[in-house]
Amino acid sequence: MSDETPKPDELFGKIDYRTPAKGWMDTPVNIRKGMYCYASNPKSVKNLGLPNARAWNPLEDDWKLPENWQQILHEGFKERLDKFRSIKIFMDICVRCGACADKCHFFIGTGDPKNMPVLRAELLRSIYRNDFTPTGKIFGRLAGARPMTLEVLKEWWYYLFQCSECRRCSVYCPYGIDTAEITIFGRELLNLIGLNIDWIATPVSNCYNTGNHLGIQPHAFKDMLNFFVEDIEEITGIHVEPQYNKKGADILFITPSGDVFADPGTYTCMGYMLLFHYLKEKYGLDVTWSTYASEGGNFGFFTSHETMKRLNAKMYNEARRLGVKWILGGECGHMWRVISQYMDTMNGPADFLETPVNPITGTRFENAASTKMVHIAEFTADLIRHGKLELDPGRNDNKIISFHDSCNPSRGMGMFDEPRYVIKNVANNFYDMPANTIREQTFCCGSGSGLNAGEDMELRMAGGLPRANAVKHVHETYGVNMLACVCAIDRAALPTSMEYWVPDVDVTGVHELVANALILPGEQDRTTDLRGEPLPGMEDADEG
Amino acid sequence: MNKYYMSSLLAVFALAAVAYFGSMGLPWLFGILLPYAAVVVFVLGFARKVMGWARSPVPFRITTTSGQQQSLPWIQQARIDNPSSTVGVIVRMALEVLTFRSLFRNTRMKLHDGGKFSYNLEIFLWVGALAFHYAFLTTLVRHTRFFFEPTPLCIQFLENADSFFRFEIIYDFIQFGLPGIYVSGLVLFAAAVYLFLRRLFVSNVRYISLASDYFPLFLIIGIAFTGILMRYFTKVDITAIKELTMGLITLKALTFQVPEGISALFYIHLFFVSVLLVYFPFSKLMHMGGVFLSPTRNMTGNTRQVRHTNPWNPPVKVHTYEAYEDEYREKMIEAGLPVEKMPEPKVEKPTEEEKKE
Repeated sequence: MSDETPKPDELFGKIDYRTPAKGWMDTPVNIRKGMYCYASNPKSVKNLGLPNARAWNPLEDDWKLPENWQQILHEGFKERLDKFRSIKIFMDICVRCGACADKCHFFIGTGDPKNMPVLRAELLRSIYRNDFTPTGKIFGRLAGARPMTLEVLKEWWYYLFQCSECRRCSVYCPYGIDTAEITIFGRELLNLIGLNIDWIATPVSNCYNTGNHLGIQPHAFKDMLNFFVEDIEEITGIHVEPQYNKKGADILFITPSGDVFADPGTYTCMGYMLLFHYLKEKYGLDVTWSTYASEGGNFGFFTSHETMKRLNAKMYNEARRLGVKWILGGECGHMWRVISQYMDTMNGPADFLETPVNPITGTRFENAASTKMVHIAEFTADLIRHGKLELDPGRNDNKIISFHDSCNPSRGMGMFDEPRYVIKNVANNFYDMPANTIREQTFCCGSGSGLNAGEDMELRMAGGLPRANAVKHVHETYGVNMLACVCAIDRAALPTSMEYWVPDVDVTGVHELVANALILPGEQDRTTDLRGEPLPGMEDADEG
Repeated sequence: MNKYYMSSLLAVFALAAVAYFGSMGLPWLFGILLPYAAVVVFVLGFARKVMGWARSPVPFRITTTSGQQQSLPWIQQARIDNPSSTVGVIVRMALEVLTFRSLFRNTRMKLHDGGKFSYNLEIFLWVGALAFHYAFLTTLVRHTRFFFEPTPLCIQFLENADSFFRFEIIYDFIQFGLPGIYVSGLVLFAAAVYLFLRRLFVSNVRYISLASDYFPLFLIIGIAFTGILMRYFTKVDITAIKELTMGLITLKALTFQVPEGISALFYIHLFFVSVLLVYFPFSKLMHMGGVFLSPTRNMTGNTRQVRHTNPWNPPVKVHTYEAYEDEYREKMIEAGLPVEKMPEPKVEKPTEEEKKE
């Protein structure tokens, strides 16, 4: 965290919910350090063949826009109104009742009125009315219309990258207006004139070339997993042998590359490896990883529908090439939103795959009958339910756990009970956070939708406040010291946010907990968990 | 002082003045032509807007899944909040349209001393909205009595139910009574006033409100107010009004003969209604149609189970496996990763030294 990021109490003190005296149309945007992400590297934009690649700086007056930028935006707007009924309706029917206003974590954490979902959408609606509606054309501002100017454009850019597309506001909207869709649409327009952010554009470019956001080349991917193989052997005495690009395997496994790269996601990754090893030894399950489809996440989703499709195509292509029966997906948030609500439509039908059946339990995953892709929490819950895993939940006894529902598996899928079932079976101490902060009402980690960069730390910490505040509550009430989640961005973002707001709470993936509890055939006496920290009761055990 | 609500308020007063003075000279305009025109604009405008929405496709099924998905058989699905069947969607939509279910979830965020947030149920907006809409509906249905002769029984039942509350003093000396009080009219008025005051006094809501939020509210308050005035406080010639309305519905009014004795207050009332009808299709009031078409609510959430098709789904440029392997083949072979194509054995070119030999 940079020194410039305000301290927690300073940031808390800054929150001011009083509305400015001046109306929002008269309040010009103030692009502030710590609240925005750097502009994209033109090389990345060029590599993807996206329009208007150039070096530019959000803090400078001149954004080096193409000369006809207004026309590009207008035509882009029109084209998308004809392509998306949702956008057309969302532009027309908001009554500004204000139900969404205090639902946004960025509003709660900053008090900036333009972070109220309704106003974020009004930034675009005001242009829509001006350009496309008779009342807007006749009555102008009285009808809430205003022309597109450079000031407005900067406002769009600033606030569309202060929305993490978490959809919490959409739950409360009486018309189901989905700000995430509006943000996605707005960012797609900005992409047309090259106003991307680098934290998104460069991972997308990497992913396009190497198959994953981090730009890990195939041999290096294998090397990285081999490190985990060594760690696992040290901790458990078991030598696991992950398979790569194996033709004819039963199942292709895809997870976000973040889990290969950084703690604590790496422990979750080790968790998958141990689980697959266990299932192979006991039941002969044949799972393969892929270096080509080595990314579950999809930052293309934060760029444009087209870019999302280009990156996502690798999943089905690789499954077809390898001739697997179905695909298993790791713990990731937006990855699952793409899989759940876009993949089959964009890149399907996946008729070369079979309706997923768990060969160990015989369970047919009817809910994945068409995409042919199962979430690992569903898969593991099914295994546990059928008593196929030998577990010692006591090994997680030093962890008092709460579960953070990630935005996308919650409001873009509805996966709530599966991960909770898994956690409750692999650990003994579980406490949910207050009801209005979990499940479909869950709060974003504050860093979703490609905003988990370093330079926007103040924004991320402010956005992470509501989640952290609820964690603090269970930390103080039940002594919760471990926050479980099923999202790689959470695993990257929440540790920072916890360190900032609730320093005694650590973050874990669900499958790290599973692997801690999993009793492997032939394992040595385990004295530590996957992190190398002593298991409960082993605090005094010899280190070797 | 907020220019948005002041301008709306002034606009409504101006409309009242227009109707008041206009109806003196041109009763046929305000009593017959404008109402007809308003109905035509409303019907055509409404249809045009809805058809405009319907013309745009729904490329993806992006429902808001507000409950447990259908998953393993032993996990209880939220069949309404995350429906996977048409029945579930119909129930979800019915609850949205008839009971404003999503709005009922509304919470209010509060930051307490000591730095804790709470998010408690906030039902006043829901209550106000529900009261407003149902009172409006009842009033509307009740008014169909003006277009039937004799008044149908069902309307009479509704009126009786609506006016269960009566205020009468019957003494030997004083006999005083108001006509049966229609609860709907009063609730409509009160709810609209509440919604206005909410916009005025809740600072967030005031900040987001536009003139186009205040204007329809004032117009509806005006409609309710003139209606209440006519019913309880000033005498209007109800027979003449019914003659006019029957003429309108039977198209006999096309002779543009307006019955005598209709008061200006009635013309203001009718003009407000006409303006509301004309304004409707061009405004946020179209949420009435939009709520049925909202793609996040009116589709099933089982997107992994049933494929949704996108009518425009253009092919995109993909980095194929073949291209990927071409790029990394040697590194892959070296790392022991399987490849599709082994590289052609290199034809070793003789080095300079070898050539010499």
